[in-house]
Amino acid sequence: MATLSVEDLAVEFGGVAALAGVSFGVRTGTITSLIGPNGAGKTTAFNAITGYLRPRRGRVALDDVPLTGHRPCDIARRGIVRTFQKTSVFPALSVHDNVMVGLHLRGRAGVLAILGGRRAVRDEEARLITEAESVMTFVGLGHRRDEAASALPYGEQRLVELAVALAARPRLLLLDEPGAGMTGGEKERLIELIRRLRDDGLTVLLVEHDMRLVMGISDTVIVLNHGRVIAEGPPAAIQAHPDVIRAYLGASARA
Amino acid sequence: MRRLAAALGAAAMLTLPLWLASPYHLHVVIMAGIFTILALSLNLLLGYTGQLSLGHAGFFGIGAYTSALLALHWEWPFWLALPSAALTAGLAGYGIGRLALKVRGAYFVLVTISFAGVISLISINWMELTNGPLGLPGVPAPELPGLSFRTKGAYYYLVLAAAGLSYLVCHRVVRSRLGRAFVALRENEPLAESVGVDPTRTLVAAAVLSAAMAGVAGSLYAHYTRFVSPEVFLFSYTVTMVIMVVAGGKGTLLGPVVGAILFTALPEALREAMAWQWQMVAYGLLLVALVFFLPRGIVPTVASWRR
Repeated sequence: MATLSVEDLAVEFGGVAALAGVSFGVRTGTITSLIGPNGAGKTTAFNAITGYLRPRRGRVALDDVPLTGHRPCDIARRGIVRTFQKTSVFPALSVHDNVMVGLHLRGRAGVLAILGGRRAVRDEEARLITEAESVMTFVGLGHRRDEAASALPYGEQRLVELAVALAARPRLLLLDEPGAGMTGGEKERLIELIRRLRDDGLTVLLVEHDMRLVMGISDTVIVLNHGRVIAEGPPAAIQAHPDVIRAYLGASARA
Repeated sequence: MRRLAAALGAAAMLTLPLWLASPYHLHVVIMAGIFTILALSLNLLLGYTGQLSLGHAGFFGIGAYTSALLALHWEWPFWLALPSAALTAGLAGYGIGRLALKVRGAYFVLVTISFAGVISLISINWMELTNGPLGLPGVPAPELPGLSFRTKGAYYYLVLAAAGLSYLVCHRVVRSRLGRAFVALRENEPLAESVGVDPTRTLVAAAVLSAAMAGVAGSLYAHYTRFVSPEVFLFSYTVTMVIMVVAGGKGTLLGPVVGAILFTALPEALREAMAWQWQMVAYGLLLVALVFFLPRGIVPTVASWRR
């Protein structure tokens, strides 16, 4: 009963296999982490799942609905929203307007209704503004409402990113190194937020380098190395897995 | 204070033909109104989606020719010719959008330039339809029962209403989820896509709206000058529109309005002030100064002073 199922996913860049047939599942309502050394293919897997990259072969499905070959915006419509490894916000827009873009799919107003200034459009707008407020409060950016996203400190920009993704109300949230560049305190808050999201029924797939963060919140950890899954299991088992230790410490550990 | 200024401005605009007696000045004001619609329309694309259309005179010209031909050949009243002009230009915008907005950026610029070039060549060479370089004279002025828009004073109100309506359309669009999607694509396309903004559909919608609005301006122009020739496709019209949007402040509602009024009035003022040799020099110097001192445009800069 996997929410997300990835089967035999393969991606090549100029003949080099970034992903060499990866299969895994993400169960509903859990936090799953994708870890591995640099270049293992974690972000490539994210890009292939969310439609930013066209895989060479393999299939991705959410609740048995196939997603392979769709564009990112169509995949978002089907309930998968991702964040980006490098901080990615709408820099010139205020925090509020960033979140309002995140609410795009939560609005229905079409071009003609907008041009006609229909009452329904105004009502919907008011509803979206209320929702934006509650998302900003949830991630703790209520006090930054009217500030330009580019003017915020790095850690808060990452929260803006999270807020934009959450505003779209995904069923599955893919977070690409959400804690990168955050201070210790900010990371604690982030962990708390991700836990609360999971408890509210959101499924989370996470790419992260901070092992304390990964081992602290994951229900399942999947380890990638050289484009293949080398281990999968609960955090404690992964930490003790000989192949994982070898992958992280390098070939010299084999001796 | 602000409300008072707005009220005075509105009163001045509504009574303008009463105190601006000179037909020449009234003509400049009417042209400023038509260019306001054009600048507003270009701003939807250039300012909000960030896509530069260098073929905007093409949509303007299509509107002008559509309206003129319907009025001359089929004797359609202006009130039907105008929406048809918007529709035809909008269709052209749809075609160009579908063709060019999958690749965007520099390709969109190139496709729009070539589009305007091709349309211009057609207008010159399809003698049977367009009368070629001789143009189409005798486009009728709009009429309503008991009211003719033959005079400049009456036409002024028509253009004022159209410009006001265009402004309202832009206002509604940019404050809607559609307008937010425009800006999101300009600011960060991958992120916009990740939350479900469809880039192609959104940009095509922007192109259609923008082109249709330029078509309205074309129709107003045709029934005002009462004459349409291939000159309406001149590249310099497009350049003027870009200057208006950029100097006024792209991506703001008021910027194109300010830019259009300023850069319609400026050449006329220069014409009165100096010999023709110096006019273009002065125009160029002023433009350089504007870009240098107000790189974001007049409206955003003034707005940041007030804060």
